[in-house]
Amino acid sequence: MEFRSGMGLAMAHLAAARLGATLGAAFLASLVECVEALTVVLAVGSVRGWPSALAGAATGLAVLAAIIAALGPALTRIPLHLVQLVVGTMVLLFGLRWLRKAILRSAGLIALHDEKAAFAKNAAAMRDAHTAGAREWESGRGWDTAAFAASFNITMLEGTEVVFIVVALGAGGSGLMQAAGLGAAAALVLVAALGFALHRPLARVPENTLKFIVGVLLSGFGTFWVGEGAGLAWPIPASASADLAIPCLMAAYLALALALVPICRNRACTRSAAPLAMKVEE
Amino acid sequence: MRWIKSIAREVLGLFVDDGSFAAAIVIWVALCVVVLPRVAGCARWAGPVIFVGLALILVESAMRFARRGTK
Repeated sequence: MEFRSGMGLAMAHLAAARLGATLGAAFLASLVECVEALTVVLAVGSVRGWPSALAGAATGLAVLAAIIAALGPALTRIPLHLVQLVVGTMVLLFGLRWLRKAILRSAGLIALHDEKAAFAKNAAAMRDAHTAGAREWESGRGWDTAAFAASFNITMLEGTEVVFIVVALGAGGSGLMQAAGLGAAAALVLVAALGFALHRPLARVPENTLKFIVGVLLSGFGTFWVGEGAGLAWPIPASASADLAIPCLMAAYLALALALVPICRNRACTRSAAPLAMKVEE
Repeated sequence: MRWIKSIAREVLGLFVDDGSFAAAIVIWVALCVVVLPRVAGCARWAGPVIFVGLALILVESAMRFARRGTK
């Protein structure tokens, strides 16, 4: 009896940990995307004024909310193992891509993303945009279409990534969609509040560390879901839940990634005395 | 509708950065899904086999980039 109640408690802890990991992964991944979108919206707003910039961002958010509302329920009609297999593969492609890039950045092989430089580049582009909409706006008539479009585009571009992350993380089981959505919403609110209060790009957010962590979490989830979708077994005691494999996979990916950073750095240094060509991310 | 093209490019870019890296992941996953359920001997270790393959793909891709970066 005591053994059974102990097992029940352990299962409840594992389910809570899975919800927490889903929420945390969605929050951190969305935080990175929201910071990048905020930089552009701030550049547009500070150069061309706030009404068109904010209207563009708000319209983008409304379109994204409609996509989530349509996609979320549709996924529940597809058999779970198929969703796990397809979404798991997509999560793997996404997560391992982030993890690989974070490893290479940590090793100094790829330049870090610079929010201040992105802000300056977008602000200069907005100053140079002389469209018909801009002329109408400058004369006090109508919307600034260039500012609206720039804000809308970046919200849609970065937001599409957030939607994918929420849908992918939420598709793995019951209750996970709400947790992933909550994580993404919390990131959006936090970044919007900081942007509103500071009025400058969030250059001090440790973007590469966040991408490293999210890459590890998503790679762990993706590997587990592909395994579950294919009906494969994990070397977990029969009395425990297969979910126990998730933290083990995450720990293994983390150890591998941390070991790869110095190896890549040394490999690059020992193969050539020439300075490394730093590839700046767009 | 330039933004639709941009979004399509961005969505593809979500999954594919290095083409050979993405292709290796998809091929390994497909192999595991087709072959592993038929191999009774490794049933208990079938899940970790997926991880080992993916870990090797990640190591190879990162090392290849490190070597290429010095060229």
